[in-house]
Amino acid sequence: MVGIKSVSAYIPVYRLNREEIGKMWKTGAIGGEKAVAGYDEDAVTMAVAAAIDCLKPDVKDVNGLYAATTTAPYKEKQSAAIIAGAVDMNKRCYTADFGNSLRAGTIALKMAADAVASGSAESILVTASDCRIGAPGGRFEQILGDGAGALIIGSSDLLATIEGSYSVFSDFTDLWRTQGDTFIQCGEGRFMDEAGYMPVMQEAISELMKKYSLAPGDFSKIVYYASDNKQHNDLTKKLGFDRSLVQNPLFTEIGNTGVAASFIMLAAALEEARPGDRILFANYGDGVDTFIFRVTENIGRIRNKSIVKKRLTAKKYIDYGTYLNWRDLVPLEASSLPDRAEPSLAPRWRERKNVTALYGVKCRKCGTPQIHPIGQTARVCVVCQSKDDFEAYKFSDKTGKLFTYAVDVLQPTKNPPGLNGVIDFDGGGRLICELTDYDLYKVLIGMPVEMTFRKLFQGKGIVNYFWKAKPV
Amino acid sequence: MESIKDKVAIVGMGCTRFGERWDMGVEDLLVEAAYEAFQDAGMEPKEIQAAWLGTVFSGMSALTLAPLGLQYIPVTRVENMCATGSEALRAASYAVAAGVCDIALAIGVEKLKDSGQTGVKGPSIIGDNTDGSSAIGSGYSAPASFAYLGTRYFHHYGLNPDEGKRLLAEIAVKNHYNGSLNPKAHFHNILTVEQVIKAPIVAWPLGLFDCCGVSDGAAAAIVTRADMAKNFRSDPVYVKGLAISVGARQGSMRQDYDYVHIDENVLAAKRVYAEAGIKDPRKEISMAEVHDCFTCHELIVYEDLGFSPRGKARDDIDAGTFTLKGELPVNTDGGLKCFGHPLGASGLRMMYEVYKQLQGKAGPRQVKNPHLGMTHNLGGNAGNGVGCCVVVGNEKG
Repeated sequence: MVGIKSVSAYIPVYRLNREEIGKMWKTGAIGGEKAVAGYDEDAVTMAVAAAIDCLKPDVKDVNGLYAATTTAPYKEKQSAAIIAGAVDMNKRCYTADFGNSLRAGTIALKMAADAVASGSAESILVTASDCRIGAPGGRFEQILGDGAGALIIGSSDLLATIEGSYSVFSDFTDLWRTQGDTFIQCGEGRFMDEAGYMPVMQEAISELMKKYSLAPGDFSKIVYYASDNKQHNDLTKKLGFDRSLVQNPLFTEIGNTGVAASFIMLAAALEEARPGDRILFANYGDGVDTFIFRVTENIGRIRNKSIVKKRLTAKKYIDYGTYLNWRDLVPLEASSLPDRAEPSLAPRWRERKNVTALYGVKCRKCGTPQIHPIGQTARVCVVCQSKDDFEAYKFSDKTGKLFTYAVDVLQPTKNPPGLNGVIDFDGGGRLICELTDYDLYKVLIGMPVEMTFRKLFQGKGIVNYFWKAKPV
Repeated sequence: MESIKDKVAIVGMGCTRFGERWDMGVEDLLVEAAYEAFQDAGMEPKEIQAAWLGTVFSGMSALTLAPLGLQYIPVTRVENMCATGSEALRAASYAVAAGVCDIALAIGVEKLKDSGQTGVKGPSIIGDNTDGSSAIGSGYSAPASFAYLGTRYFHHYGLNPDEGKRLLAEIAVKNHYNGSLNPKAHFHNILTVEQVIKAPIVAWPLGLFDCCGVSDGAAAAIVTRADMAKNFRSDPVYVKGLAISVGARQGSMRQDYDYVHIDENVLAAKRVYAEAGIKDPRKEISMAEVHDCFTCHELIVYEDLGFSPRGKARDDIDAGTFTLKGELPVNTDGGLKCFGHPLGASGLRMMYEVYKQLQGKAGPRQVKNPHLGMTHNLGGNAGNGVGCCVVVGNEKG
């Protein structure tokens, strides 16, 4: 039996009230808020955040990582490998990227289920994340939101089994971005609905039910993607599902999160599911993927985690100018401050365990965990001077406390002022690093923090990922 | 182990006006400082037998000294972050003490303002990740790297933000007052505590006036054997001790480091006092020039150098101990804060003031009857530092 072993979702803490966008462009607002990835987040960092939660507590035997997104930070260079490094996967972990379609996440899910069913993998972590940008003032700017979801597909200890699936493809051009496009392009609204989304979704869901001899009444929850509330409501009406069983698509709360949307909705549905529940799950994009999940007794395991609920309620508001700045949508005057040192490829490779998974070392002689502040290797113990007598020690999963901090007005950051802290890890070890996702007026010495995988300032044309501390 | 005490003397010094010297290049600054020193020592340039040039950013090799036109003598460029100027003096002093030369030039220079940028490049100052060779680069500024001290000091000693800011402001006010009496200082404005407190924040708790000037400048010293010193002048200044202490990033990596002191400072001071035979620095040191790159560092330095007991610097600040008329005047020339901080020149600029004070030539800033003076630098920052102390006196012991 193949199914979902673990599930999680990540929604960035930042929200932009759509009224702000409507006021800016004098277009009116569609209501609600959009979740906005922080200036230091992207599809990879959000996938890492979702993956870390998904792997808790200590899910073993994950030997594949499939990363789905239409907004991979690199056109050439794999997101899955970066994510796998950050969550400290075994190097034999099979990594693959899925992209170019809003269906990328469910395609990855299907491929993962097939791999597990065939016995080629024990279990596979699938991430789905997106950070799509609508052109300022345009039809997508208000509705799009940022987020990530993650699932582990396996064959034991399942939260829900996959009872069936049905997919069709459709070469329908409704939304697209060509190689050079920052913003989504699209066809005319009713054309997209009437010739694209509605008929193919209806057909696929009907065929799924026919294939498995099920009727709408056999499902306790219906989870499906739509591009906005109207499309979502219209399909509910057309399919004749009981509206109370249809999962909230979260457009009002966080917006349309693209590839992540169906995963976040599924995570929310599973968090409230009961053993025996049957869930219909459908996703759209260049065709349709549909699945039937059957919830097991294990579902109690995640009920109290309420990851989606917590992520939905933890929020900080930003203004529209900040949003434009964070997404690089306004040119800014070059800083008159000196350039900061750029990252270099060779040491990033040499110290990859440090840089990607925040490994330091622990002295075998005196037991002190230690990590170098600028990513150098430690050969001699900073306490007892023993040489080369260390074991690897991971800091990324350790909590810590803020020992002292410096608010830095001069720091090149898109969220000024910068905040840097001296972090004392619980269990030993100290690191000086940047902080993120904090409320400046609540920063206190002794404040508990945890580590999060983020982008540092850019340089050398690469995306400079490292770890920052954030308040717990 | 032998001591350097009374083996070498400074017989001539020079120092340019510090500031945004749009009118002068590195070559002008070097010539200005060196020729003032030559003249002060009553010496021809050709008498210099070896030279040590200190600079952090303003030249890569000994050739940086080429503008002086010295004829094929040995020249070495030295660099030790903000202790660079003092490092040049150490090198010249040790060479003379070792007898490999009798007359040596120590000169430091920095031309920061030709970069067209505001502030000092951070990462190279922090240490060994020279540009482009770091795994992750570096983001925070020099003020932030010192602000950690202020934040923790306030917390450790229970100062609320207003009390803490006021304490730091007193240091800036003192140094600006002293600098206002000094025509060579970068700034000449007298500040009030209120002005310092209300200045825009650069890196909390440091405001604009808690941070030193980013300046251009050069300073030079001519060092000779102590027994030759009186051939050049009647009032030479004798080196009593030279000490540095270099950390291994303990403060950045070990939880037992408290961010309310700096071991590199404490150890450099301890060593220099031992070498100079000083038992009670507060009583024996007549005046000191210390590394007030940021006011919160001067605060901690009072305690690190043993001028104030731990946690009691506040009492001494309130008592005016370190003012020009106080018990132990500190940064009589305005300090880095007001005189300015051209990195490679600063250690020698400090010595220039101590030298003038010990000769009784400090004009309106003259302290009463000084015997021993001291300079102190910290290269790097809390937890990643090079501490350096030099003690000199106007009497041969």
